[in-house]
Amino acid sequence: MNAILAIYRRELQSYFNSPMAYMFLSVFLLLTGWFYFSSFFLAGQADIRGALELIPLLFVFFAPALTMRLISEEKRTGTLELIVTYPITDGQLILGKYLAALTLLVVAILGTSSYTLTAAMLGNLDGGVTMTGYLGMILMGAAYTSIGMYASSLTDNQFVGFVLGIAFTLALFLMDKVLFFVPTALVGFFEFLSIDAHYHSMIRGVIDTRDLVYYFSLIALGIVLASRSLARRKWS
Amino acid sequence: MIQFDQIGKSYGTVRALDDVSMTVETGQILGLLGPNGAGKTTAMKIITCYMPPTSGRVTVDGIDVVEDPLAVRRKVGYLPEHNPLYLDMGVSDYLRFCGRLHGLEAAALPVAIDRAIERCGLKEYRNRFIGQLSKGYRQRVGLAQAIIHDPQVLILDEPTTGLDPNQIIEIRKLIRDIGAEKTVILSTHIMQEVQATCSRMVIINRGRIVADDTPEQLRARMTGAGSHILEVQGHPEGAARLLNERLPLREVIDHSAPGGDTSRFELHGDPGDDLRERLFRFCVEQDWTLLELARSQTSLEDVFRQLTAEDGKEAA
Repeated sequence: MNAILAIYRRELQSYFNSPMAYMFLSVFLLLTGWFYFSSFFLAGQADIRGALELIPLLFVFFAPALTMRLISEEKRTGTLELIVTYPITDGQLILGKYLAALTLLVVAILGTSSYTLTAAMLGNLDGGVTMTGYLGMILMGAAYTSIGMYASSLTDNQFVGFVLGIAFTLALFLMDKVLFFVPTALVGFFEFLSIDAHYHSMIRGVIDTRDLVYYFSLIALGIVLASRSLARRKWS
Repeated sequence: MIQFDQIGKSYGTVRALDDVSMTVETGQILGLLGPNGAGKTTAMKIITCYMPPTSGRVTVDGIDVVEDPLAVRRKVGYLPEHNPLYLDMGVSDYLRFCGRLHGLEAAALPVAIDRAIERCGLKEYRNRFIGQLSKGYRQRVGLAQAIIHDPQVLILDEPTTGLDPNQIIEIRKLIRDIGAEKTVILSTHIMQEVQATCSRMVIINRGRIVADDTPEQLRARMTGAGSHILEVQGHPEGAARLLNERLPLREVIDHSAPGGDTSRFELHGDPGDDLRERLFRFCVEQDWTLLELARSQTSLEDVFRQLTAEDGKEAA
């Protein structure tokens, strides 16, 4: 536990010691702010659903930006070679890093609450639906982050990590948008695999166990794959 | 104590280590030598549990590196070849991070950090960012990191590469100090380093141990070349011919600098010969002004070249 915490702290520190965290937070909040309010006054409705609909696509780019250097940079500089010889497991290392990236993403998501509060003050916002919407955002973001981190573990170049991350998350995002090409028998399956199908029911106010299972499985998958990819050094 | 028992390691079809067995006792500073690609780093990566051996068994204080890697890692401090560091961290911040990963208690942490900083001479730099430090000081940070948890075993992969001569001397002194109570394995391809720091030297070539002894013993074991250096004033007529005829020499090589005021010869006798006295009397006899007379020793470089080249020929 202490090891995870130590990794977590260092990782957060490294986000905030570089312009990375500030750039990420400001660009994310700027874009979401625009999503929230560009149609808000035109529609004249206190509804944030339109903005929340756009979040899955936004995460396709933002989550890999957050995770791209998480492991690749340590591979490039060689610090990974040292840190895996400390008395910690690969899993602890990956988990600490993952939690740090996730923290930054959650901070960004919670940052949008000022927009939500503004909307709530101007009109009559449904509190329950808003809560499940935020839960959905955080869970979906956590899944994106985990997959992005796996992408980062495959390379020693952060740009490659970024592009791979986009490729993986985009594939999950497009899963239910290419159903046209999919045999009818598999439509349901592809829909289930899609990363934002589960989110859509949550921003409508529904929490379904299947959605929770989906996101937690994706999170676990990313973490396990990333640890596996570190362990590859042992039998190369 | 570290024990290698018939270690083999392959990367795909490349055999990096082949049937390597050795025991390193506590208090020993072992120099691991070999040409690039000989398997030095591979051996170190196995001890530090970076990766397991393909065959054989390595134990540190009796603990197997494959069976209980975490217990082994707690006993080992490691400085990898290129001394990777987080350049965006401060020195003491970084050491605190390393200490935490090694499982040091919150109460023990400040003491451990102060001790490592003190030992590695980083006092004035403890609040600097690592990225701002010179190469020599970064190397000290790398060493401080390796000793933060007061490990029984220190593994140092080319600890002095890229340092200037003054820094090299300081780092070597540090290694000797630390090595007094611990087991140290350091790899290098610089011979003076072994002479200056190590109590034992193991030469590996193409994944195999080709020599294992103290530096002095190894040097003595190699037959002395029986060669001498002689320098005399001026250019005496036919000196080289006279030396060759009147003394039991196999070969006389003239090293006189062109246009210089002196003549310099390299004289090869039979292995083990000491001709200094006869050479001196001969100079007196010929009325030459003797400027320099020395019997050249086999250097460790010669030993190294001999051992690694022979093996290369054999394999080719």
